Amino acid sequence: MTYVVTDGCVDIKDRSCMEQCPVDCIYEGGRALYIHPDECIECGACEPACPVEAIFFDAELPDEKLPSVQSNAAFFSQVLPGRDEPLGTPQGFKKVGPLTSDTDYVAGLAPRP
Amino acid sequence: MRLDDHASPHERALKVAIVGAGPSGLFAAEGLVDRLGTEVDVDVLDRLPTPYGLVRYGVAPDHPTIKSVVNALQAILEASNVRFLGGIEVGTDLQISDLARCYDAIVYATGAPRARHLGIRGETLNGSISASDLVNWYNGHPDAIADFNLQARSVAVLGAGNVALDLARILTRDHTELAQTDMPSPVLERLQQSAVHDVHVIARRGPEFAKFSSKELRELGRIDCIHRTVDRGELASALHGNFDRAAAAKIALFDSWSTEPSRPDARSVHFRFSLRPVEIVGSTHVEGLILERTAVNDRGLSVGTGDFVSIPVQLVVRAVGYHGAALPDVPFDERSGTVPNRLGRVCHAIDGPVIADQYVTGWLKRGPVGVIGTNKVDSHETVSALIDDCSQHERLHKESIDSVLDARGHPWIPYAGWQNIDRAEISRGAAEGRSRSKISDWRTLTDVAMNPGVAMPLEASS
Repeated sequence: MTYVVTDGCVDIKDRSCMEQCPVDCIYEGGRALYIHPDECIECGACEPACPVEAIFFDAELPDEKLPSVQSNAAFFSQVLPGRDEPLGTPQGFKKVGPLTSDTDYVAGLAPRP
Repeated sequence: MRLDDHASPHERALKVAIVGAGPSGLFAAEGLVDRLGTEVDVDVLDRLPTPYGLVRYGVAPDHPTIKSVVNALQAILEASNVRFLGGIEVGTDLQISDLARCYDAIVYATGAPRARHLGIRGETLNGSISASDLVNWYNGHPDAIADFNLQARSVAVLGAGNVALDLARILTRDHTELAQTDMPSPVLERLQQSAVHDVHVIARRGPEFAKFSSKELRELGRIDCIHRTVDRGELASALHGNFDRAAAAKIALFDSWSTEPSRPDARSVHFRFSLRPVEIVGSTHVEGLILERTAVNDRGLSVGTGDFVSIPVQLVVRAVGYHGAALPDVPFDERSGTVPNRLGRVCHAIDGPVIADQYVTGWLKRGPVGVIGTNKVDSHETVSALIDDCSQHERLHKESIDSVLDARGHPWIPYAGWQNIDRAEISRGAAEGRSRSKISDWRTLTDVAMNPGVAMPLEASS
């Protein structure tokens, strides 16, 4: 179980959720934020912090947002464009800093008008 | 200001005392170290021999994922310029004036340890308790009432928040599942012998106003051994209307539970809505609870309707919120249970002048609301105020807290002492086939902290 950042975040990246996360498990990509599914402790602080309601608990995701589960996980398990290896489990965004890459799912979404 | 003044304006590191080693205190320590690096020395004091506050003593023992925030908090405590000083109660063992002699700034982070009262008849009967009485007990807090003999078959939990859900779940969950947690062994024995069969969770307002999180309600729905009931009539007001995402998710869960087939043999959690407690009845011990139906009036207030309901219960647990406690010589607003402050700077009164070098964070600052992460933002706000103020001040001579404590002959528990407790609890747990078995009495905690040789009292022959 984990919280998940969905498509509502794309091209917005408000980042309020990142200030709330007690374990620093929300990472910044080029167009969206991503929650590390293995580092998330399910405390729920991020969900109400999001001004565009883009964060959901995975068990509560509407069907049309289900691809976000895979996308959040892929940000850490797959080799992102321009990188040599997967991010893995850095144990905190602070140690990595903002990235310019995104998952295929997020990269494929139409730009927000 | 000259450039080199700006680069290194002070001869020594800033000395900060944080009172309370729970999440808000430790997030304040993190903020200070993140911002000031080696230019700060932080001492985190706690009255208990153990750090982590409500993460250790409040978060439900069957929520290990949330408890794993300890890993992040531990990293804060293990920073080279952060120290833990356990077993020191500020106001008793040390006064604020002592801290002021030893530190440039003090941050109060002692939370909201008192339970709210209802102010109804029968509240002092045997079997009428606060949520913290029960939570402290099953979490092995050393100040907990020594024992709970769960002979009640029916229990009322008053409140509609996640603490009420924790209590309902712990009281009805299968013993084999609870046996995997870190609860003290005597607590597990009591829960195994428990007579509890029905837990009535009683909310003053309708389901659309309930403060349970949908995630934790959903969790209750996934536990097979627990049967859930919702009164259709009490749900009706919420079935039509536009509610936000969180409320709608909860109403959908209640709706599905209201039509679950009856399971008389299963332990049950009964959700009751729009009922306010009027009186707890009984001669010496709780025998029942009288409730009055409520309705929302045209001013949006929940008011009694004159329609009364009585349910037989033998235990009443009020989970209607926590309240801060005053620290001696620190301003306190009794109504809100908080220390008056502006952005974390302690004030003499609400709208009163700021008191120099004193700060507050967490539940003592904003009241008992929010989740663990909320304290991070809150503490970073306080730390920003502290750093802004202190970077301007001249560093006066300060005494050493170690010398003050030595001079008084007051023993205290260093971080290594807590590590002894930690290791002893883990090895007790290993002997019992679980990851940790908590030590719950002052004497053993202190003995183990001071002398790891007594770490395995279970194996000691008496």
